[in-house]
Amino acid sequence: MNADKKYLTYPHRSYGMDHSLYEWSILDERAPIVWPNGKKLALWVNVNLQFFPLNQQSIPFPVPGGMTMPYPDLRHYTLRDYGNRVGIYRFFDALDKYGIASSIAMNTCVAQRYPYLLNKVVERGHEILCHGGHMDALHYGGQPLEEEAELVRKSLEELRELSGQPIKGWISPAKNESSNTPQLLAANGIEYFCDWVNDDMPYKFHTEQGELTAMPLSTELEDRFIIMNNLHSESSYKEQVIDACDYLLDEATTNGGRMLALNLHPWLLGQPHRIQTLEQVLKYLSSQEDIWSASPMEILSAFKSQT
Amino acid sequence: MKQDLGFYDYWPYENRPKIQWPGGAKLAFWVAPNIEYYELDPPQNPFRKAWPQPTPAVAGYSIRDYGNRVGHSRQMQLLDKYGIRGSVSLSTALCDHHPEIIKQCRDLDWEFFSHGIYNTRYTYGMTEDQEREMIRDSIKSIFKHTGQKCAGYLAPALSHSELTLDLFAEVGSELFGNDAGIYTCDLFHDDQPTPIHLRSKKRFVSVPYSLEMNDTIAYVSNKIEPRRYGQMLKDNFDQLYKEGSNSGTVMCIPTHNYQISCPHRMKSYEEALEYITGHSDVWVTTGREIAEYYLEHYYDDSVRDIEDKLGQKS
Repeated sequence: MNADKKYLTYPHRSYGMDHSLYEWSILDERAPIVWPNGKKLALWVNVNLQFFPLNQQSIPFPVPGGMTMPYPDLRHYTLRDYGNRVGIYRFFDALDKYGIASSIAMNTCVAQRYPYLLNKVVERGHEILCHGGHMDALHYGGQPLEEEAELVRKSLEELRELSGQPIKGWISPAKNESSNTPQLLAANGIEYFCDWVNDDMPYKFHTEQGELTAMPLSTELEDRFIIMNNLHSESSYKEQVIDACDYLLDEATTNGGRMLALNLHPWLLGQPHRIQTLEQVLKYLSSQEDIWSASPMEILSAFKSQT
Repeated sequence: MKQDLGFYDYWPYENRPKIQWPGGAKLAFWVAPNIEYYELDPPQNPFRKAWPQPTPAVAGYSIRDYGNRVGHSRQMQLLDKYGIRGSVSLSTALCDHHPEIIKQCRDLDWEFFSHGIYNTRYTYGMTEDQEREMIRDSIKSIFKHTGQKCAGYLAPALSHSELTLDLFAEVGSELFGNDAGIYTCDLFHDDQPTPIHLRSKKRFVSVPYSLEMNDTIAYVSNKIEPRRYGQMLKDNFDQLYKEGSNSGTVMCIPTHNYQISCPHRMKSYEEALEYITGHSDVWVTTGREIAEYYLEHYYDDSVRDIEDKLGQKS
């Protein structure tokens, strides 16, 4: 089988990106951002509250962290549900102990199923992001537009109604998208989304339905990625977050404000043998004078006021 | 398909002619940052999928873009701090997409060698003419944008044909004589440069480019912890440095800005670079300089020694 002629033609080989979703821009060359009170590093902790359905359809792929065994895969179903029942309450205590703010990215299904938990999140004053319908409701290339449009509309409408919050932020399940996802988000009142991990600062993202801001939420530094995907130890996870924090603080000293985005899963770090790791990480971060712990909307507002 | 492509003969590591690098150095050290462009929606290759999920593959595409937007500046400044000139394994379409990066590397007198056009265009399924055309395009792009006559090659995404090395050497000669197309990074059979057999009989060498020390192999394939990666780099150096007293060795760190330049991985990398460049008798150099020095001083002796030992029993 030979490659066809098209294989040696390069229609997008010109200045900038090979698409028009955002501008090409080198972080190091952008005007420095100054965070409130002259802090160097904006710390954005995002905690995920996720529902992994037992009858997983895996369209178009099995979501990482989802069911892997023949139905009914009670081991994975209950282990993930553990985060919503037990782990999250350990998280609340840990966050409070060290005075760290966090956003909560919630599958709309979690808000529907667990009103107690939703109410708790609202009462505590967390900014809520929509994390799609549930973990098996993936957005993907080739998905019929009407189907995805309905999924976005319903997920947002119901989460807004249940939470009473305006819901301006979005993380797709598995951070997976179709080509239509950004414009559907913009059309449904989303201001920022977190699926693209190509920067350490927010940046403008264009859609046919208006502008979004991409708020990169690092996958490489995520608890699930380091501990479950890479099988690194808890102490290595802690070391990696601390090394990232030190590096970004140092870079911010010469290059302007930076953002440390930590994506966390109560079903993972909320386990009894791991919660101390989270506490140690939060303790280290809270002891840094130049860190500004903030919600994503606060970070976004400070960023937008300067760009 | 063939059992072996016959690029080199069996040549035991012991009792080879002694190599001494410039200034009597025991070890030639080079860093090869891969500066790559992956396409969001590449044409389909008949043998290998570019992305695991339907377009857009946001996860894979966006982290690689991180390498260019964020990571490159970090690694470039770090290498400069330790007096290391990068030998860039370049997706040459990047000259068109991101000329700022090319200029920054040029200003620091870095080397550019060909890593194909895009890292989402695989050699698999190309005819000989297509592959030659792709290689010619890449060498001409490097010359046009940097003025350099491309000395080295690393096939895009390590995708090869049986003729890859021949074609690279031939196109190099056709465009720039013996100034271009003189070394390959595609073979991992040795810790010293080795002569390579080509159908053109051109004097051509393999320069060690370690897959084991490659950050993407370490971090993505082998899922190694950052501190352990730093320790592996030091251990790799210690052994090659020790053996370099007998005959000069080569250590290469191949990197990718979307891996090594993540903020949680920079510390261990810097510690390793500080350690390595803190030793005397280390020649901190580039791929081209290693290839040229070897071709001038050791290639002929090596070819003779290999021929003498062919079929010999120990």
